[in-house]
Amino acid sequence: MKRYSAFAIAREAMRHHTGWERAWKSPEPKKEYDVIIIGAGGHGLATAFYLGKNFGITNVAVIEKGWLGGGNTGRNTTIIRSNYLQDESAAIFEKARSLYETMSQDLNYNVMFSPRGVIMLAQTESEIRGYQRTAHANNLQGVATQYIDAQKVKELCPIIELSGPRYPVLGGLWQPRGGTARHDAVAWGYARACSDMGMDIIQQCEVTGITRKNGKVTGVETAKGYIKTKKLGIVVAGNSGHLADMAGFRLPVESIALQAMVTEPIKPCMDVVIMANTVHGYLSQSDKGEMVIGGGTDAFNNYTQRGSFHHIEETVRALIETFPMLSRLKMLRQWGGIVDMTGDRSAIISKTPLGNCFINCGWGTGGFKTIPGSGWAMAELIADGEPRALAAPFTLDRFKEGRFIDESVAAGVAH
Amino acid sequence: MLLLNCPYCGIDADETELEAGGEAHITRHGAGASDDDFETYMFMRKNPKGVHFERWRHAYGCGKWFHAARCTMTLEVFGTYSAQTLEPPKTLINKIKKKRPNWEGFVK
Repeated sequence: MKRYSAFAIAREAMRHHTGWERAWKSPEPKKEYDVIIIGAGGHGLATAFYLGKNFGITNVAVIEKGWLGGGNTGRNTTIIRSNYLQDESAAIFEKARSLYETMSQDLNYNVMFSPRGVIMLAQTESEIRGYQRTAHANNLQGVATQYIDAQKVKELCPIIELSGPRYPVLGGLWQPRGGTARHDAVAWGYARACSDMGMDIIQQCEVTGITRKNGKVTGVETAKGYIKTKKLGIVVAGNSGHLADMAGFRLPVESIALQAMVTEPIKPCMDVVIMANTVHGYLSQSDKGEMVIGGGTDAFNNYTQRGSFHHIEETVRALIETFPMLSRLKMLRQWGGIVDMTGDRSAIISKTPLGNCFINCGWGTGGFKTIPGSGWAMAELIADGEPRALAAPFTLDRFKEGRFIDESVAAGVAH
Repeated sequence: MLLLNCPYCGIDADETELEAGGEAHITRHGAGASDDDFETYMFMRKNPKGVHFERWRHAYGCGKWFHAARCTMTLEVFGTYSAQTLEPPKTLINKIKKKRPNWEGFVK
């Protein structure tokens, strides 16, 4: 792999940009691999990357039914934060956030991580108490957050209307090193690094069956034929239930649609990320100038990758109360992704009833921000066959044991 | 936007009038149940790609719970029926089979 650098740009400028090579190879599948990862989204590619980087396991294939990063990795609002209440969540989300800090250097690929800071608005009395509690919890967990008052919110985000008609802004939970990153670049950067380590990324190759023998996985049936494998990682977000069905077990997961949208691009007006959980809306400005808006999920099972129209209306209606200047903007694009929601709204990184088959799913509405941490923990699980500290609380059997990681109360909708 | 016919008041109710209640026909295990049964009741869901039987409440109408059969891949609604039943009516199952010949049928 040729490294990207300022020197490389200068070199290519001298020869009409004829020397750039493909970022990753698109090989035909081999007959057998040590590890197959199903799903070439952020989490799947990160898993493969850390398998290679931390464990030297490079005889790996990442199989994708569509195109690389074409699922939720390319459909989120790119927010990165780790201000979670529960210790287990804070640990893995903070691991992920800290890996984002150096990701561009680690991957030699500019993922445009922008630690511009995230504010979660407190708009009711109970939210004030809740976020003060979270700030205390975060201090104990080693996550740098702080509860700030309304005036400080206004200083950080001048376009905000504090005295909103329904929900005034009373304060906020401020994480200065939260922010955003370029979501596609995260998938592309990992793919390029994986390909460089000799891994095969196989796109347009749907998995149609999972074969097993004596309670252990032996391979996968795909659109490009049968491929043998020693270990299998299922990392497919919204389609997890479908894949689990092929592997012969059930999941405590339901798939629903979550939408996001962007406005027409405008001049820079907001250099933080704002999340307003009471009114179900979150907002940031992309580098192109579009205001990126996310809202709540639909309530019913759905695989169509488009959400209900009334949710767009609700989200925008709520946001223009807090950001009146948005009312004059036109919406440019709207899209939906299928998120996999678990009973306690926390993820599953776990062994499964099928031997040598591991699953990483249930990130729900908060998957993008955990990509590196989730990949790190999943790689540990696949390499060792047993979870290490990061993944250990996120097992599949916690639902039977009542050992929940209950973020549904702590995180609400904007997870 | 979903339109579901409420089998009680007969109105074609808009999605915003309704409240989604998740998978229907779940066996409810109570005190004395095994851990496996209770986990199945509380958390395990079929979550199918295709025909889904589900509960809805006509929240801003008559307020009653009813059941619906809907495709999660196309959002096509096959029909709605009363909640006072343990499984979907035969006529509805036949109607779905006609439209989806490869459908495995209703599995409890």
